[in-house]
Amino acid sequence: MGSYQESVTLIYEALEPFLQPGLVLSEDSALVSDLGLSSLQVMELVAEVEDRLDITVPLNVLPDVRSIRQFAELLSRLTGDAT
Amino acid sequence: MSLLEKFEPLSSIREDLNAHGMMPFGVVTEKILSPTEGMVDGKRTILAGTNNYLGLTFAPECVAAAQQATADEGTGTTGSRMANGTYSGHRALEQELAQFFGRESAMVFTTGFLATMGMVATLTGPGDVLLIDGDSHASIYDGCKLSGADIVRFRHNDLADLEKRLRRLGERTANTLIVSEGLYSMMGDQAPLAGIVELKRKYGGYLLLDEAHSVGVLGAHGRGLAEAAGVEDEVDFVVGTFSKSLGSVGGFCVSSRPELELIRMAARAYIFTASPTPSVVASTRAALRLVAAHPELREKLWRNATRLYDGLAKIGYQLGPQAGPVVAVFVDDREQAIAGWHQLLAAGVYVNLVLPPATPTGASLLRCSLSAAHTDEQIDKILEAFAGLPVAAGVPAPSQARSQNV
Repeated sequence: MGSYQESVTLIYEALEPFLQPGLVLSEDSALVSDLGLSSLQVMELVAEVEDRLDITVPLNVLPDVRSIRQFAELLSRLTGDAT
Repeated sequence: MSLLEKFEPLSSIREDLNAHGMMPFGVVTEKILSPTEGMVDGKRTILAGTNNYLGLTFAPECVAAAQQATADEGTGTTGSRMANGTYSGHRALEQELAQFFGRESAMVFTTGFLATMGMVATLTGPGDVLLIDGDSHASIYDGCKLSGADIVRFRHNDLADLEKRLRRLGERTANTLIVSEGLYSMMGDQAPLAGIVELKRKYGGYLLLDEAHSVGVLGAHGRGLAEAAGVEDEVDFVVGTFSKSLGSVGGFCVSSRPELELIRMAARAYIFTASPTPSVVASTRAALRLVAAHPELREKLWRNATRLYDGLAKIGYQLGPQAGPVVAVFVDDREQAIAGWHQLLAAGVYVNLVLPPATPTGASLLRCSLSAAHTDEQIDKILEAFAGLPVAAGVPAPSQARSQNV
């Protein structure tokens, strides 16, 4: 539960509705500058991930998250705490 | 990007706004004639965006008290409450606030912004949780930043989302401060406070309620939404302002938690700023007495609010979800909102222009606030001015704003 790899997979799934077709994802993709998410879409993505994992991602930790990797690391940390 | 380059986008926004020959933000009232009238751009103008809910800014009792205090105690205290800035008037105001709200104690701050920001920032620290409504005022958001606590937002007035957030916090609710506002300043809608209190009972946590726009406005005695909803005992901290229904400037926190007296020694927004001037303290005390003694002011305010809200709805405007002293008129298009604001002013009516991102949704607002001091004739003139806007013919346009806020 809450491994880094599981988090990455989950983020890929949750990201799908937000992405332009044809974009190639990698763990280093930045949510805003590479994938073109607006700040509102980032919040929607976070809410989607929160619901899937039934956790809370505090707003104050989000400024440190730019890439999928950083988001996945944060999630595995948060779910690790919870279990 | 160099230090000052980040302000560049503001300069094009300012140019847009200036296109009509006058900047809608920071309008100069050249002469203030009464709580509801002033000279703007050389013209007699009805003021319908002042938050002067009870119209007490010219109440003879308040003016006389302020004059007397200035004569007796001088123009300023020149110091902090912690140092030389506590006069007997400050203490008396605190006792009278505590009495008015039926609480053990009160703290007086120099502005409402400082009261809210200071209480949020001081009550919570690293390791604690701030669970705040998504549409919270800037003072709450700034308090969050200063606190170092984990910040969790729930969707505006959405009890299901609040419950989900509380449930997920588990044991951390013991260290959680829920923050809500009595009456939201932009849309004019009220918090579902009974429901919030019920969730607080079920999951734990503390509750801070910002009654800046609801003191003197809601509740049989004017104590705000907590009184109106019958849940005052469950609201741990009430913060508010003197700059709306009480007609001066300043802020307060009331609570029956004994810790409030300790917060006096910890709140930087209280300690490191000069205390309110004697005139402000004196007029606020007089205004508080008037609020307590004249419930008919509140009745008049609500009559006026309903008259405007119903009238605007009849014209076909899309409004905030709830009638009240703040009436938000939605205009989908930003340019239309700016043009409409200028046309209202040309017709002798001042309201607040509110553009995203200051609005909670994507829509622009022509925000009106009512006063007990408005006459029926003034409200009819406001309605007439709104009816004359070109945008009136085109509305209502479907907007996402309403569905998100009901």
